[in-house]
Amino acid sequence: MEPLVVLDSVNKHYGDLHVLKNISTTVAKGEVVVVIGPSGSGKSTLCRAINRLETIDDGTITIGGTPLPSEGAALARLRADVGMVFQSFNLFAHKTILENVTLGPIKVRGKSKAEAEKRAMELLDRVGVANQAKKLPAQLSGGQQQRVAIARALAMDPQLILFDEPTSALDPEMINEVLDTMVQLAKEGMTMIVVTHEMGFARKAADRVVFMADGQIVEDRKPEDFFTNPESDRAKDFLSKILTH
Amino acid sequence: MNVLLDNLDIFVTGFRNTLIMFFASGLIALVLGTIVGSFRVSPVAPMRALGTIYVNLVRNTPLTLIFFFFVFGYPKLGLPRADYIVLAIIALSLYTATYVAEALRSGINTVPLGQAEAARAIGLTFGQSMTLVVLPQAFRAIIPPLMNVFIALLKNTTIAAGFSVLDAGAIRAYLSERGEPQLVVLLWVAVIFIALAALLSWAQRALEKKWRLAR
Repeated sequence: MEPLVVLDSVNKHYGDLHVLKNISTTVAKGEVVVVIGPSGSGKSTLCRAINRLETIDDGTITIGGTPLPSEGAALARLRADVGMVFQSFNLFAHKTILENVTLGPIKVRGKSKAEAEKRAMELLDRVGVANQAKKLPAQLSGGQQQRVAIARALAMDPQLILFDEPTSALDPEMINEVLDTMVQLAKEGMTMIVVTHEMGFARKAADRVVFMADGQIVEDRKPEDFFTNPESDRAKDFLSKILTH
Repeated sequence: MNVLLDNLDIFVTGFRNTLIMFFASGLIALVLGTIVGSFRVSPVAPMRALGTIYVNLVRNTPLTLIFFFFVFGYPKLGLPRADYIVLAIIALSLYTATYVAEALRSGINTVPLGQAEAARAIGLTFGQSMTLVVLPQAFRAIIPPLMNVFIALLKNTTIAAGFSVLDAGAIRAYLSERGEPQLVVLLWVAVIFIALAALLSWAQRALEKKWRLAR
């Protein structure tokens, strides 16, 4: 399969803390990769490094064959092609739901307002919040906000969407509505890198599970293999802690 | 009351010039302050340094001295002659812009980092994420301190009276020539200033209500 994201020997330090240790992996077009691991393992940092919300110390990250630009207009152009869904939603607080979804297409893609709104309404309908279009983000539930955030990412027609713990800030009853949307996206062939604690999603939708601990990739395998037969002690320990409840 | 009504011409001219200086300097300071405030949070180090130098230099110089520099220094530059009121507007704008910039910087700090990250993540440039996402939210957060800055500006305009501008601060001098009691004149000037400031406070409340931002 055609590689879309290639990480080669990526390292990052926060002061003395070595958060990413020699990370190398490849994500192919259309692949859904779930990144799991204990907190502090560097998985969020890895996810954020892929659209350079975090800088890296050395190594290379290429997307679609192009190395990540370090800053400026080239970086902005690349980010437009890489969607991002955050743990805390980060919808623009002063803009309506519809404006949240149309801002990028209008300002970055140069679409007309009418065209952007038409497409935004289709996407909001697809994630089930079309009837909230005129409201402000704070008037929506967490689950609804996160689905809007997914629609906002989709509106840019990205090659890839990064999910940084998309359900970790949600009340339990809202997690499924977001996961369902994500499963559907995965089925439609979207390339996704998902940092999550939702093992159910990993089993249902992932092509691969990347298990990280202490800044390293410890296992990188098919979900079924990983969950039923983890190789490393680190993964066994992690799974025993989260699956027993 | 007679002091006011008998000398309405001077009062009207004085406060008209005060308001001209207030609105012109206020507008320029708002624009310049926004630019300088953005410089101070810029990811580009030289821009940050420039913003910091400007703020520290101009804000920490007494306003009267800035007036002196303009009124006595400007004519020496050999540039086209400018009215005193124009020079006063420039001095007030440059000075007030530093306060606008600092208020704005504190406002920018209240906008959660995630807002700017989300803006960058959809491909907006630094300039776009500032003007479209961060600044609109920052301005909502700083309406009260910003209004303080503008009320201070309104009162600071009276310094121009010492530099040959017939503004509200000069009314007393003009009317003492007409033989009016100075204290009464000053009381009237103060009353009008307080009324104008009250108007600004009212505008502040209206804006706060209109732009209330839920999180």
